[in-house]
Amino acid sequence: MTKVTMTVNGRPQTRDVPDTTLLSDFLREELRLTGTHVGCDTSQCGACVVHVDGRAVKACTALAVALDGAEVTTIEGIAQGKELHPMQTAFNDHHGLQCGFCTPGMIMTGIDMVERYKASGLPLTEEAIRHELEGNICRCTGYHNIVRAIEDAAQKMQAAPAAAAE
Amino acid sequence: MTDGIGARARRKEDRRFITGKGKYTDDIRVENQAYAAFVRCPVAHARINGVDASAALAMEGVIAVYTGPDLKADGIGDIITGWAITSKDGSPMKTGVWSPLVTEYGRYVGDAIAIVVAETQSQARAAAETVELDFEELPAVVLADRALEEGAAQVHDNVPGNLIYTWELGDEAKTDAAMANASHVTELDIVNNRLSPNAMEPRSAVAVYDEAEDHYTLYTTSQNPHVARLVLSAFYNVAPEHKLRVIAPDVGGGFGSKIYIYPEEIACLWASMKTGRSVKWTSERGEAFLTDAHGRDHVTKAKMGFDNEGRIVAFHVDTIANLGAYASLFATVTPTYLYGTLWSGQYDIPAIYGTVRAVHTNTVPVDAYRGAGRPEATYMIERVMEVAAREMRMDPAELRRRNFIREFPYQTQVILQYDAGDFDAILDKAQAAADVAGFPARRAEAEARGRLRGLGYSTFIEACGLAPSAAVGSLGAGVGLWESAEVRVNPVGTVEILTGAHSHGQGHETTFAQLVSDRFGVPIDNVQVVHGDTDKVQFGMGTYGSRSGPVGMSAVMKALDKVEAKARKIAAHTLEAAEDDLVIENGEVKVAGTDRKMGWHEVALAAYTAHNLPEGLEPGLKEGAFFDPVNFSFPSGALICEVEVDPETGVTEVVQFTAADDFGTIINPMIVEGQVHGGVTQGIGQAMLERVVYDEDGQLVTGSYMDYCMPRADDVPSYVLDHHSTPSPNNPLGLKGCGEAGAIGAPPAVINAITDAIGTETLQMPATPQAVWQALAWARTPVAAE
Repeated sequence: MTKVTMTVNGRPQTRDVPDTTLLSDFLREELRLTGTHVGCDTSQCGACVVHVDGRAVKACTALAVALDGAEVTTIEGIAQGKELHPMQTAFNDHHGLQCGFCTPGMIMTGIDMVERYKASGLPLTEEAIRHELEGNICRCTGYHNIVRAIEDAAQKMQAAPAAAAE
Repeated sequence: MTDGIGARARRKEDRRFITGKGKYTDDIRVENQAYAAFVRCPVAHARINGVDASAALAMEGVIAVYTGPDLKADGIGDIITGWAITSKDGSPMKTGVWSPLVTEYGRYVGDAIAIVVAETQSQARAAAETVELDFEELPAVVLADRALEEGAAQVHDNVPGNLIYTWELGDEAKTDAAMANASHVTELDIVNNRLSPNAMEPRSAVAVYDEAEDHYTLYTTSQNPHVARLVLSAFYNVAPEHKLRVIAPDVGGGFGSKIYIYPEEIACLWASMKTGRSVKWTSERGEAFLTDAHGRDHVTKAKMGFDNEGRIVAFHVDTIANLGAYASLFATVTPTYLYGTLWSGQYDIPAIYGTVRAVHTNTVPVDAYRGAGRPEATYMIERVMEVAAREMRMDPAELRRRNFIREFPYQTQVILQYDAGDFDAILDKAQAAADVAGFPARRAEAEARGRLRGLGYSTFIEACGLAPSAAVGSLGAGVGLWESAEVRVNPVGTVEILTGAHSHGQGHETTFAQLVSDRFGVPIDNVQVVHGDTDKVQFGMGTYGSRSGPVGMSAVMKALDKVEAKARKIAAHTLEAAEDDLVIENGEVKVAGTDRKMGWHEVALAAYTAHNLPEGLEPGLKEGAFFDPVNFSFPSGALICEVEVDPETGVTEVVQFTAADDFGTIINPMIVEGQVHGGVTQGIGQAMLERVVYDEDGQLVTGSYMDYCMPRADDVPSYVLDHHSTPSPNNPLGLKGCGEAGAIGAPPAVINAITDAIGTETLQMPATPQAVWQALAWARTPVAAE
């Protein structure tokens, strides 16, 4: 067992966990933040994407003990109180989700993608969005409306200061 | 503001999903929680001589290990199939025995042998690894056609030659005679590739036994919790129905794979009672590939005869369907009554005959997967039509039009009577939306870039809205396929709808609320849809076969009729008016032509205060209904795919995909479009990416997302959709169902487009770059003399 401390959604959290504990298990089982989903065991599906120190990470690929001192943001941490993040609103507006299981990972990936393109100044085209979504699998939506949602959120986030949501 | 029928209402259920507050089965943790892991058969066929769990039992945290004989000794029943099929010689089908945990033979890699219960999930999984199996490996058979060969390994002793049934449909003599007189005959060998459904949420179960009440609760990833409870009670003897509550909370996709009651749920429930602990099991993805029911897996010879004007005169089908090691719940009906009954497609075919031989193999059970039989029928018919058009040098759209059914109702040669449709109109819409006229220019432009561009059609019809109970009963079904609903108006005028349908992505919490909004002017936010809990909803048949609209919503409409009738009585009495003079609009009940009116909430309150009700009227405002459809419903559509192939590599891109569908009345266009997007993507997945592969020994080769290619965002284009509605005359709203259409219609459109591009028909699904490249290479190789 190793003691690990992380800031999760703005709050410091300390737990003693086995060294083999994945970040996804740490969030789901230790902190009971069950919005981070696990859809595969080979780091392909992306349902578990969270932000670690401002970058999108598949939580099933990271060991909790390796993240001592890290800042982690999960799907539960992106809304400002009752006010949803523009990416969340866009998924609702464009019907970017059906069963909702891949959705947390899609939203966290979407936010990361928009912020990176915004920082680099590159245009976030449909082709770029589809390419950036390679690590996130959705079985319900056929991606059409996920792409529409990210396009729309990107426009709205363009107007907002970078990383305001973190 | 109200969101009635036809409104693009935003989904009410989204908020919990986009904020990470959805509650899926694996998110549930109860008091006294223990965890289960399963010991599985490591080979495709084995006689299990012994199971040694002594090492596991000595490990820290391990509570118990149970095997098949333990369940058998407690009277736990074998797993059933829900549909009895009769062979053409009149004999009943023969299926192997499926015990929840094997008692003697393991028959596929992943067959469950023992359940290990421990304090933590990792302890359970680690302990399961140490359970030693003493087994003798036996010969295995994997492929459908091989299973019927002389000397093939026998999967079950009581199923000689592995043949479950030889089913026939249609008129053989008439078809043979018509075929003999045909002026052109097109023959095609077709493989419908085996698929893994892959709902993104893995299966999961949390079983809770309450000793004080002798009561069980099962939280599970189910599309039909009431059917699960019925089967667990009546057939598996886990607990009587009144002592078992099944809850299917948020469920992350199903596509058929979560209809069935698998060994794991049975074992967890029983183990919860044995151990006095709550037992939780969640599948890993690798385990899902091994144990979730697969789909499709047909090998078919199809033969279609035409007269000299391109009219179909006869259609002959010979299919072998792989059902895997055991006959799962809908396994026997999927390649028969859900397949053969669609052999007429959208066409007026005067003579049809076909046979289906269903076989056992040493693979995981194959059952209904999005479309279930209808994609297999559509792929076959639409490939044959396209190839026939090319052979007869006809425009493929024109060949289809020459054979379209135009008079409704239309009695096919294969049982079904189509109720409504307009196949010319939907093909017109698809052709216009796809700009078919501009295709030659696009093809020429692609050619200049070194790309081969092709265009392919698919015009499909499907039968859904499962199903008239008496009809399916006469065909061998073990249950009726009606649906139930209850509408509860609260004293403040808000409304609860209880439905036996189950939403696992379909958006029922919004669309079912739209029906109430449309009827009474109640905002959808004032309507709560309750489903997925056998303690709350009395009974229901669940969601599959695109039935929630045509059957589930029809039950809601019947209940709304009853509520409205009572509300009118109350309002008429209060307003001192005749019931017929009342109109209900914008949340008010008004006397037409006057200013006398009551708010909807006032009518509701009057029903519950009961101070001034018409004589003899009971207090309260709550009504229930059951709806049993009189016919299937028949969605249809025309799909057009355009692809570009790189001839040097075989890499193929879907560059344009158009779907024009007839779903009858549409409640929420946004949600219907989403169903088509998802269905078409699964269809493109089948056509180009997905295939379950077992090696010759029966080991699963495609056991992860590294090996089984799921469609990603950059594998598919944005879609162009259109609609043309001919309402179904057989349910109150004219609904037809839309959930499976895309997966049914898309595969032949894709393969027809690729074969059009590469100029050869020798291509089976999935059309991977390698397969396309090989087909091109063979087509370009001059035939050498032997």
